[in-house]
Amino acid sequence: MSAAELSRMTVAELGQSLSTGSVSAVELAQSYLDRIERHKDLNAFLDVRPEVTLAQARAADARIARGEGTPLTGIPIAHKDIFVTRDFASTASSRMLKGYMSPFDATVVEKLAGAGMVALGKLNCDEFAMGSSNENSFYGNVLNPWDRSAVPGGSSGGSAAAVAARIAPAATATDTGGSIREPAAFSGITGIKPTYGRASRWGMIAFASSLDQAGIMTQSAEDAALIFNSMLGFDPRDSTSVERPAEDYTRSLGSGLNGLRIGVPKEFFGEGLQPDVEKAVREALAEYVKLGAKLVDISLPNAELGIPVYYVIAPAECSSNLSRFDGVRYGHRAAEYGDLIDMIKKSRKEGFGPEPRRRILIGTYVLSHGYYDAYYIQAQKVRRIIADEFQQAFKQCDIIAGPVTTSVAFGFGEKAADPVAMYLSDLYTIPGSLAGIPGMSLPCGFGAKNRPVGLQLMSNYFEEAKLLGVAHRYQQATDWHTRIPKDFT
Amino acid sequence: MALTLSDVKRIAHLARIEITEGEAAQTLGQLNDIFVMIERLQSVDTSRIEPMSHPLGGSQRLRPDEAVNANVRDAALGNAPAQQDGLFLVPKVIE
Repeated sequence: MSAAELSRMTVAELGQSLSTGSVSAVELAQSYLDRIERHKDLNAFLDVRPEVTLAQARAADARIARGEGTPLTGIPIAHKDIFVTRDFASTASSRMLKGYMSPFDATVVEKLAGAGMVALGKLNCDEFAMGSSNENSFYGNVLNPWDRSAVPGGSSGGSAAAVAARIAPAATATDTGGSIREPAAFSGITGIKPTYGRASRWGMIAFASSLDQAGIMTQSAEDAALIFNSMLGFDPRDSTSVERPAEDYTRSLGSGLNGLRIGVPKEFFGEGLQPDVEKAVREALAEYVKLGAKLVDISLPNAELGIPVYYVIAPAECSSNLSRFDGVRYGHRAAEYGDLIDMIKKSRKEGFGPEPRRRILIGTYVLSHGYYDAYYIQAQKVRRIIADEFQQAFKQCDIIAGPVTTSVAFGFGEKAADPVAMYLSDLYTIPGSLAGIPGMSLPCGFGAKNRPVGLQLMSNYFEEAKLLGVAHRYQQATDWHTRIPKDFT
Repeated sequence: MALTLSDVKRIAHLARIEITEGEAAQTLGQLNDIFVMIERLQSVDTSRIEPMSHPLGGSQRLRPDEAVNANVRDAALGNAPAQQDGLFLVPKVIE
């Protein structure tokens, strides 16, 4: 098989080829390493160590030869640089953790390695996963493979660009307010975050602990389901991990859609939604109707308050989580300082970029004496109102659908100077994150400047299998998810 | 309610982040823009609503009270900016 043919194959197809021996894990790993090298200009990868990758690939080949492979053994995967890894540096795209070598692997990394997946390296992202364009990385911008003048989205921008450019067949990612769905939409790939608590947060560098959730970026919903089977599950090391029996996330991939009620929230089609995005999303909804689903008008009246709620809760939790970076135990220490407090202050100023510093300050303020009830507790109360509205909506429908973003990917620098404009990028993704429900983005067409458009699908808690089945049915009937940007075919 | 320059400097001190006069002035404008957006929450009637601290509610799970001795001292110290004899080094704190 040619390298180009291999790069177009899905995880499901690669699994077949590996098990029948038509390609080896080492050949596959080498072919991806070559592609990563050739497309270095995207700046998607922060750390690649071919000797580590090839050693894992050799072990995978031996495992397959012994007849002990899983459906994922030998398939390459790249990890967002928010997951700590023993074999690659773990930086959170921050100067604070430049060169940091973790003494352990994140649970998600460990589970996927346990299934035999081969790690290609670490992926660029917004610093500490804070951002919507990947412009907040200390290590530079990631380019959108569809249009190098556009952002790939964020915070999982490297993950999205890597899958879009087919320099990785799949990539881990994390979502706090939309950091999987928004870059998936901007980069024209499939991305899903599961229910909060499904994926272990152990070894995921913490940003906002009541929101952070790991997920996956792939070419298709089918691939996401296959990987979820090995990636998710209870972890005693994460105190918010959900204890439930293991599930087969592929079980609904063959389901039809007859009678499926798709709720369409009117608040997701209001002022601000660009006509090109609306057109592509409406066409996707029409496709669902053709496939047997029924559209139901629903309302999430307070969803738009998601942004102010999020920008109280996420900074509050971030200011607490990031207090561990003090220049004493690990991370950056300033070269010159006076006393201990001065050392900590200078180290944190130099180690953190502008966005983490800004969020730490907001968080410190809303948690400070006299403001805690007015801001933090009030935000937690409105969070419950939003979550309850989803439960009301799910009485009338099985799945909620709408746009992921108001517009297609914007250009570099367009929103970088205006934090509030940047924060509005996550208008449609934050409500689901606050509720903690599963959400995904599927490619559903192209808008202005021929940049991709994403369709957002959300389900109720623990209904990932249903959600993936509904997405898969669309991908069987359409070919948007198979489109590849022209320089990467 | 708008923040003042002295608020920004006080918060930065609480957060242990060094900030210059110029940076504080620039940050002040950005934070006030963000707080204008956040202020919208004050108009919501939440008098009968319980705060939501976790998406799935419930209480924190506790693990069995068993001693676990994961001895990772040397590995953990390996990332310290300054260390000696198994200790983290910091500037002198007691005169």
